[in-house]
Amino acid sequence: MSIGIVSAAYIAAAILFILSLGGLSNQESAKRAVWYGIAGMGLAMVATVFGPGVGNYLVVLVMIAVGAYLGQMVAGKVEMTEMPQLVAALHSFVGLAAVFIGFNAFIELGAVRELLASAPSTLRGDGVMIWLKDQGLTGFGEKLAYKDNVEIAILKVEVFLGVFIGAITFTGSIIAFGKLAGKVDGKAVKLPGGHFLNAGAAILSLILLIMFLNGSGMWTLVVMTLLAFFIGYHLIMGIGGADMPVVVSMLNSYSGWAAAAIGFTLGNDLLIVTGALVGSSGAILSYIMCKAMNRHFVSVILGGFGGPSGPQMEVEGEQIAIEADGVAAALDDADSVVIIPGYGMAVAQAQQAVSELTKRLRAKGKNVRFAIHPVAGRLPGHMNVLLAEAKVPYDIVLEMDEINDDFPETDVAIVIGSNDIVNPAAQEDPNSPIAGMPVLECWKAKQVFVSKRGQGTGYSGIENPLFFKENTRMFYGDAKESLNKLLTLID
Amino acid sequence: MKIGTPKEVFEGEARVAMTPDSALQLQKLGHECLIEAGAGALAGFSDAAYQAAGVTVVKTAAALWKDADIIAKVRQPDTAELKRLSADKTLISFFNPAGNDAGMEAAKKKGATVIAMEMVPRISRAQKMDALSSMANIAGYRAVIEAGNNFGRFFTGQVTAAGKVPPAKVLVVGAGVAGLAAIGTSTSLGAITYAFDVRPEVAEQVESMGAEFVYLDFEEQQQDGAATGGYAAVSSPEFREAQLAKFRELAPQVDIVITTALIPNREAPKLWLADMIAAMKPGSVIVDLAAEKGGNAEGTVMDQKVVTDNGVTIIGYTDFPSRMASQASSLYATNIRHMMTDLTPEKDGVVNHNMDDDVIRGATVTHAGEITFPPPPPKIKAIAAKSQEKPKELTPEEKRAAETAAFKAATKQQVGLIVFGAALLMVVGAYAPASFMQHFIVFALACFIGFQVIWNVSHSLHTPLMAVTNAISGIVVLGALLQIGSGSWLVILLSAISVLIATINIVGGFMVTRRMLAMFQKS
Repeated sequence: MSIGIVSAAYIAAAILFILSLGGLSNQESAKRAVWYGIAGMGLAMVATVFGPGVGNYLVVLVMIAVGAYLGQMVAGKVEMTEMPQLVAALHSFVGLAAVFIGFNAFIELGAVRELLASAPSTLRGDGVMIWLKDQGLTGFGEKLAYKDNVEIAILKVEVFLGVFIGAITFTGSIIAFGKLAGKVDGKAVKLPGGHFLNAGAAILSLILLIMFLNGSGMWTLVVMTLLAFFIGYHLIMGIGGADMPVVVSMLNSYSGWAAAAIGFTLGNDLLIVTGALVGSSGAILSYIMCKAMNRHFVSVILGGFGGPSGPQMEVEGEQIAIEADGVAAALDDADSVVIIPGYGMAVAQAQQAVSELTKRLRAKGKNVRFAIHPVAGRLPGHMNVLLAEAKVPYDIVLEMDEINDDFPETDVAIVIGSNDIVNPAAQEDPNSPIAGMPVLECWKAKQVFVSKRGQGTGYSGIENPLFFKENTRMFYGDAKESLNKLLTLID
Repeated sequence: MKIGTPKEVFEGEARVAMTPDSALQLQKLGHECLIEAGAGALAGFSDAAYQAAGVTVVKTAAALWKDADIIAKVRQPDTAELKRLSADKTLISFFNPAGNDAGMEAAKKKGATVIAMEMVPRISRAQKMDALSSMANIAGYRAVIEAGNNFGRFFTGQVTAAGKVPPAKVLVVGAGVAGLAAIGTSTSLGAITYAFDVRPEVAEQVESMGAEFVYLDFEEQQQDGAATGGYAAVSSPEFREAQLAKFRELAPQVDIVITTALIPNREAPKLWLADMIAAMKPGSVIVDLAAEKGGNAEGTVMDQKVVTDNGVTIIGYTDFPSRMASQASSLYATNIRHMMTDLTPEKDGVVNHNMDDDVIRGATVTHAGEITFPPPPPKIKAIAAKSQEKPKELTPEEKRAAETAAFKAATKQQVGLIVFGAALLMVVGAYAPASFMQHFIVFALACFIGFQVIWNVSHSLHTPLMAVTNAISGIVVLGALLQIGSGSWLVILLSAISVLIATINIVGGFMVTRRMLAMFQKS
């Protein structure tokens, strides 16, 4: 395939990727959009493999076959509640690949330089190039040989950046994976020295960059990679479990920027376009998540809630418990029901029970809807996927802004495993650490049932006045068991 | 512990302090339940129903008082009942401690513990055991029903073939629990309902029940009900005059007056005077819920119904809850049951009489041979203080001004960003070689398209979005593919690994997205 055809294929692939992302604007077109993405990727890979400058076809074939097999196995087996872990794990792959490719580019650069130096001094202009081709230099190596000194310097910066971002993405994603899978403690942990360690490592990396540009060689790149590995690890260790939606979308963004940086290095426009698309997508998701928590991106990334600015309001009253029969009776009388799921539903794997409850209530002619807070769960849109898996129709699953005004006309609101996103302190107590965060105003419903494991506070450790309200009843116990008990009482 | 309920000895009292339902709940706390034969008969609960709920039916009152450790009843105990108390017994009942020194003395002498249900403090936590409120609720409802029973016309207005019927006008004086219940009942029967209370902060509650609050033209700063435990306080003479003038104005219009004005530990204030009664239309009805404390209306006779010379019926019954014995018993028994829940925190049938608990301390009038009445003020302030000022509604002009300001700020910000971005690009362009700038243009445009496209993605599809972007970020595989043809074994190895993991990413990402999207179904 000639360069022209390859370029045409790349343009087509880039357009297909854009269409693929654009198609996600609604559920129906999304089903088609994913095929655009697959077609674009297939086109890009075929064009590259059969394009100029690629060799070792056997290795390529084996690796793609094995990778495809492993990929489809993982994708077929993963539980929907494990989506956050999977996404984080996949991010780490992109990060690692970016690191390797960066290293390769540098090694190649060294090789090409050596070759150029050994070229017979009698050759001038095009003659050098013809000679290089005779030496078996093709593809990327050939491109490198054309570069002048400024371009080489820019290339080095690109390599350095690509490796740096890739390395942070790699360890960061591994830690995020560990936290989401429960293999690493979900609490925010910082080494003594806190952010100074990160800042120190970053400054050191900058110094290494300058040395690298001045020709210090391979070791600077290796040391920087290790430092970036550390930054990725330490940064994500310092962020708590409930901030994971932001972290995962941030890593998503990083993996895109890493790909774009690699694209610059290799002079490949398709890589640049795709990397930029992914990078901006992740950035927007992070922004939406932060907005939903009324926090600044920087403060989320640096970890920990801002300290309360004054004494928090005393919560008075008590949490009144209720048994399944009481909830069943109230549901029986209700005309409109809103269910607010949270991470607790995912942990208890209660989505099927929730779906069954919904089906039965709807069969009785009741108006049942779901209210989803943007940061419910551990991944943007996590709850929507779980409910979809349990066959809850998506047109009764509403966003916060769509449903918040309807609570006063709601008879029963059921909170399943969420806490901070339904905390009235965000509106009532200006001293609360979550003051100003948009929350679901479920307490305005005539009656609220909270399905919760025990009396403890949520992840953030903030007392939730909702549980003490007069129209709130606590339905203690594991969400799945509680709901199954409730289901036996509703026919 | 054994909890026993005797038959009420007070003449005409039909309520009972334990129902089969409450007995079931008490047994869940680890207690055993006893009841005197026939105790629930007047409230509609048969002995058989109690037995079915696992309650032991005891033949005589004497045997019950002897057997039970905790006696729950409704009315204040008489002297004979007090004599049956002993040091190891607890009595839970209405007790009227403020006017029952003899009773407290007798209980103290016996060493018994007495919990007076009317002394449960008015804090949110104790609402579920607030028997005064549950009885007042019934009284308010029943007052309207009794009024209707003695009122010769419809409540609701109707236009019939036989002529037009005007709706009845009802005035409720005092918007406490009983008053609000009366308002609710009256409005749901279709009457035009007015309500008055000396505490202006209840106006909102009154209006929420569908009645119209009667405001006075009076400047004086009235006392906040929250400071007096949610009860009304005595008002100044000037205020009283303004109030009476308003009532005089209303008297000829209203058909039914329900008075519920009570001030704790005082005679009921006289609010509906003889001249107002004289001004009312014949056939009108006054129900005086304060009859026990002397009545709010002049001419009220306790426990009786009287008709004045001008044909106004004044009802002074004091036994409204007992007239609805079944309902009253279920509510009262539930109050008692909640009290027992607080007394047995471990749910193991062992009573822990914790005198440090605000609610238990407040309600206990004799304990361990001491009279513990009156209780110290509760640690938590009663009822929420007046709601904070609402944020001021913006006028349309202010709103428009705010919008313009926001628009200007946004424009400024955007223009600033564009200028800054352009300057940055110029600097880069001035130094970077052309080959770099070519790629840079592509990069900048791609970022821009990315931002435009991603904003339109539906919130519910954020997880599939992440999976797709994840899959297409596997595009780094191209980089590895371009390098794999190299001569160096190290480069080949590293690119081979990269191809492998990037492929996992691509295939895994797309497959899982497809799986997820297939699950989204329309109803």
